[in-house]
Amino acid sequence: MEEEFEQLDGERRQLEQKIAELLPVASTEEARRELQRLRTRLQRLEERILAHMPAMGRVKLARHPDRPYTLDFIERLFTDFSEIHGDRRFADDPAMVCGMARFHGEPVVVIGQQKGRDLKERQYRNFGMAKPEGYRKALRAMKLAEKFNRPVFTLIDTPGAYPGIDAEERGQAEAIAYNLREMARLRTPIIVTITGEGGSGGALGIGVGDIINMLENAIYSVISPEGCAAILWKDAGQADKAAEGLKLTAQDLLSLGLIDRIVPEPRGGAHLDYDEAARLLDTYLVEALARVSELPIDELLQRRYEKFRRMGAFQEATEEILRQLTNAG
Amino acid sequence: MPLFRKKKRLRKLERAEERTVRTEGVFIKCEKCREVLYRKDVEENLRVCPKCGYHFKISARRRLELLFDEGQYQEHDAQLVTTDPLNFVDKKSYKQRLAEMQKATGLLDAVITGEGTLGGYRTIIAAMEYQFIGGSMGSVVGEKIARAIERAEQGRMALIIVSCSGGARMMEGVFSLMQMAKIAAALARLDEARLPYISVLTDPTTGGVTASFAMLGDLNIAEPGALIGFAGPRVIQQTIRQKLPEGFQRSEFLLRHGMLDAVVPRKELRPYLIRALGFMMDGRR
Ligand SMILES: [Zn+2]
Repeated sequence: MEEEFEQLDGERRQLEQKIAELLPVASTEEARRELQRLRTRLQRLEERILAHMPAMGRVKLARHPDRPYTLDFIERLFTDFSEIHGDRRFADDPAMVCGMARFHGEPVVVIGQQKGRDLKERQYRNFGMAKPEGYRKALRAMKLAEKFNRPVFTLIDTPGAYPGIDAEERGQAEAIAYNLREMARLRTPIIVTITGEGGSGGALGIGVGDIINMLENAIYSVISPEGCAAILWKDAGQADKAAEGLKLTAQDLLSLGLIDRIVPEPRGGAHLDYDEAARLLDTYLVEALARVSELPIDELLQRRYEKFRRMGAFQEATEEILRQLTNAG
Repeated sequence: MPLFRKKKRLRKLERAEERTVRTEGVFIKCEKCREVLYRKDVEENLRVCPKCGYHFKISARRRLELLFDEGQYQEHDAQLVTTDPLNFVDKKSYKQRLAEMQKATGLLDAVITGEGTLGGYRTIIAAMEYQFIGGSMGSVVGEKIARAIERAEQGRMALIIVSCSGGARMMEGVFSLMQMAKIAAALARLDEARLPYISVLTDPTTGGVTASFAMLGDLNIAEPGALIGFAGPRVIQQTIRQKLPEGFQRSEFLLRHGMLDAVVPRKELRPYLIRALGFMMDGRR
């Protein structure tokens, strides 16, 4: 996979160079046709490259320091954003951003983890790792949406929920667990989008909903590839293999039936063009909102239940399977 | 009669479990007080150290026998196996790992669910098996627990889940993660049906299991000294790079921080649960 990707990527660079060389001299009909031919080839090649991109390539794009973060998307997708703070229990968590806003004129609630751009902001945002108060604030915002019958949009981008002493003392596990249960029965539509890193329980803590979108280069995983490699391979250096095996890309998860939609990104990744990334996402959010809004709430909740209830890969052991097991013993 | 034969096969598989118990040594060393103890004494004391009260892990099978009246219950969904949806291979293949675990434990996956009575109250109990890939939660654990919850709801029974797990099962990727959402959603319905769910947390209960059903009981109770948390102590240590406080993430720590209703020694667990079910079930319609 890796080798094929490198090879294709090399071909792409050559082709791009050829096009660049041809461009200033493409005055004849024949040259223009040649240019067109090369461009078509480049486009196909790019499609193949994407299909062959190693999972770790996606991980790097999902974690790209220039990737648009939650507030970048909020700025471009919503109007009248008013942030709301605090869980009313302990503190405000800057790693989780919640607010009222309008989406194409309609009042909504938007929630997402926020990473920082420079060192100071990264620390302030705790690298996008929310604490219990973050998850509790998020749920408070969702209950507000429920009360006033407004849809909820969540934007997921976190390495995971914060693993620290204070977070454990205040019940990190309980905060996430409680969100999962309450989101399952929240009587208003929830549209989830994984925009960057979908880091395990910390992502799922705002990730239960009616429609699960995932950006093309986002990842969603039960554990980081590095963590998985350290545990199963006893070698964090095997993260590439772990990333491949965990099936954490949007393409994998769509084919496994664990997400609903892949949202395309601008060529080369969302970090190259925030406006275009937001515009592409907007189309999907509009469509998602229209779809969930037309269902009566009880039916929506029933479907939300069934959506997660169906997830699982198991079978009844056949006589054959059991025989193999007993004979092996 | 394929069903009958299947049951026989399962029973044959279970004998593997008895075998491993029998071949262990005569002595056992307490992990806490370091005392060398007669295994028989420890077993007779519900696998609690007679000297210091340390709670050794017990198997899911033994757990169900200790909790249900007369140790009697009807097991459900014993024949569910994972399909290895990711075709996962690390140093060894997940399929091989599963086969080894199945052989060693006599179980097809890391939880046993069953129905019976507890103090006369009709109850469904799910007990997790730590010996099976660290009690980790994949599709089968998720499905069996979700079915247990739905059965409790349909039959208007009480539900008890005894957790003993390192968290989600990495080898099933996002499928494992989604079991958290699936079970939490089923628990929401049980809650709405106003039926009892008591979560019993035992050593260890961490990760995705704690961050879903283990913390969602009407009562969350734990055995003494159990490691309970979201992140494992090693991950936290690596993140914050300082020494963790004494007793951090143990049952008593969680009790102090308001996360548990009670810490209950194993010997008192059954009477405690019966009292709680009495409070929840007596004279209700
Ligand atoms: Zn002892």
